[in-house]
Amino acid sequence: MKHLYEYRNSEQVKRLIQAIDKVVLNPWNIMEICGGQTHSIVRYGIDEMLPDKITLLHGPGCPVCVTPITVIDKAIEIALKPYVIMTSFGDMMRVPGSQFDLLHAKAKGADVRVLYSTLDAIDLAEKNPEREVVFLAVGFETTVPLHLTAIKEAKRRKLTNFSVITSLFTVPAAIDAILAEKDCKVDGFLAAGHVCAVMGYHEYHPLAEKFRKPIVVTGFEPVDLLYGIYQCIVQLENKTGKVENAYQRIVTEAGNLKMQELMKEMLVPADQAWRGIGKIDKSGLKLADAFKDFDALEKFGASIHTQDIETITQTRCIAGDIMRGNKQVADCPFFGVKCTPEYPIGAPMVSTEGVCAAYYSYTNFKEQAWS
Amino acid sequence: MELNCPLPVTEAEYILLGHGSGGRLTRKLIDEVFYPAFRNPILEQDHDGGVFAVDKKRMAITTDSYVVDPVFFPGGNIGDLAINGTVNDLACCGAKPLYLTVGFILEEGFAIADLKVIVNSMRKAADKAGVFIVTGDTKVVERGKCDKIFINTSGVGVLDDDINISPAKACAGDVVICSGPIGVHGITILSTRESLGFETSLQSDTAALNGMLNELCGQIKDIHVLRDPTRGGVSSTLNEIAQTSHVEIEIEEALLPVPEVVRSASELLGLDPLYIANEGVVLVILPSEVSEEALKIMRSFPEGKQAVIIGTVKSSERASVKLKTLFGGRRIVTMLNGDQLPRIC
Repeated sequence: MKHLYEYRNSEQVKRLIQAIDKVVLNPWNIMEICGGQTHSIVRYGIDEMLPDKITLLHGPGCPVCVTPITVIDKAIEIALKPYVIMTSFGDMMRVPGSQFDLLHAKAKGADVRVLYSTLDAIDLAEKNPEREVVFLAVGFETTVPLHLTAIKEAKRRKLTNFSVITSLFTVPAAIDAILAEKDCKVDGFLAAGHVCAVMGYHEYHPLAEKFRKPIVVTGFEPVDLLYGIYQCIVQLENKTGKVENAYQRIVTEAGNLKMQELMKEMLVPADQAWRGIGKIDKSGLKLADAFKDFDALEKFGASIHTQDIETITQTRCIAGDIMRGNKQVADCPFFGVKCTPEYPIGAPMVSTEGVCAAYYSYTNFKEQAWS
Repeated sequence: MELNCPLPVTEAEYILLGHGSGGRLTRKLIDEVFYPAFRNPILEQDHDGGVFAVDKKRMAITTDSYVVDPVFFPGGNIGDLAINGTVNDLACCGAKPLYLTVGFILEEGFAIADLKVIVNSMRKAADKAGVFIVTGDTKVVERGKCDKIFINTSGVGVLDDDINISPAKACAGDVVICSGPIGVHGITILSTRESLGFETSLQSDTAALNGMLNELCGQIKDIHVLRDPTRGGVSSTLNEIAQTSHVEIEIEEALLPVPEVVRSASELLGLDPLYIANEGVVLVILPSEVSEEALKIMRSFPEGKQAVIIGTVKSSERASVKLKTLFGGRRIVTMLNGDQLPRIC
């Protein structure tokens, strides 16, 4: 932990704020991609400490927030089968489906369990051979290798009662989609450090070149974040748009090759729907045919059609606009009033990495609804 | 293409685990289900126990049920936890705890040897706290209808005439004292759950605080609030006090007594020590003039030897709890949402 505290050092933070203050001349909008970064920014009040010229926009990098509602509904449908043990990370439990969430399914009698690792689901499957153990596997490139390692392990142990519902996203395609919008307000990106730890950052060069915008690989602690913002501002003021690495203690250009090989072996790119944003071509990953036996939707005959996704047209939550950088949380009329962490309207209010939950938990810029 | 979020689950139709968390959902259940049915002036004191007069003497009464999983954990078991918890609730009313009742709900098949261990540790805890267990009840349910053993304890105590402690009495100029390290009980329980696969050297902080609190109340007459931050942790307890007293409470991150093990485990698991349950900690709110004297008294007891001031009370139009961060910024601290760790006590 000592190593971690070095990156929360208040002297370093002050020095970086001063450095940013010195270089910034024009107003800029910087988007951090990852929900973990959003959480840190709001928790430590980093957005408040920055010069007024800099606006931070909060990107779509919270997997819980962008998992389509149909995936949640299918997970609930499967969870309610009496022989199923549905497992996932804690954050997924309270994401509202079209009717209710997994915790309500649990209260209705479904066997739903929170796990800290996909690998725990393998042990659970081994201990309960008469039950079907399903893991709701959501995530970006960061958590994908964990899910894949679990599937490999299940295969090694010859477990036939384990499967996963996947909702897997890739960052570069999302950046591309956001920048390609004609009214895009984003001037520069802080790329997600942990995603880059797995994938490296070589795949961001074409994006930076195509849109001439800086993309800075950034970590999660206050010092990391401010250093990433500093590099981004320096580039913007110098009118450059290239990829830089402000998280060198963790990330290399090439990334973790072993994990990348695993992903190549077990997954194929797929069109992916992002809750609040819509379908983005080739922005997701799905299990390759050789691993279809582990696909819970196939196993339970609950496949999701694009048509299912497109029938959802309710428009109360503005999360999509927030995650594309078009709106801020403060623009939402429901925030803290109708939409609270215990009764969320949209997913960003559920996950601790969701932008709305972060603002709700740590700021009071708007009247809070006391229960 | 439109792909926005759906209509929300606005109200819970069923009891969720979060309704037992000591946070917002618990508060909602109390306000929307229990209070409308049971409302009366004693209940509306909104205290850890009800204080009422018998002839000219005031008494306090409280009740609590224990469902902790696992039943045995480092530093204690469900039995001493049940005694200490009820003793502490009485002591937080400013009362001297006297008599306790014990109700057991036992699952068919539970080992009598285990029951004996639990009962003996209850006796020890009662002796240590100076209370008597004077009546009890036992029910047995079929296997699977409860989990091993659930215990309810109720207790009564008496109050000295000049004591007037209430969660509604926090006011501007008060300071908040925390009697010891926070988050220890919750992380201890968590470390025993097999699915997490981490071990710590921690032991639950479960302890009776009545010795220290009775001495404190005897020496310092204008203590405003006493509260033990059990489920929901320090943040939820402070939020309840802020709302009942209509004040702003500001705590300082740099002053919070979070042990390194708790901090590290919380970091790994994505938890916030401010929301983690404690079983041997009390928050004391009193005027700053008497805070040094209070600290001296508390530190003379083993359970209060690490007592520190963690914040101050300010007048405010809106009830809130704020945290001054290590960087000097201020952020709000809300009540626990949902359920951080089920069945912690």
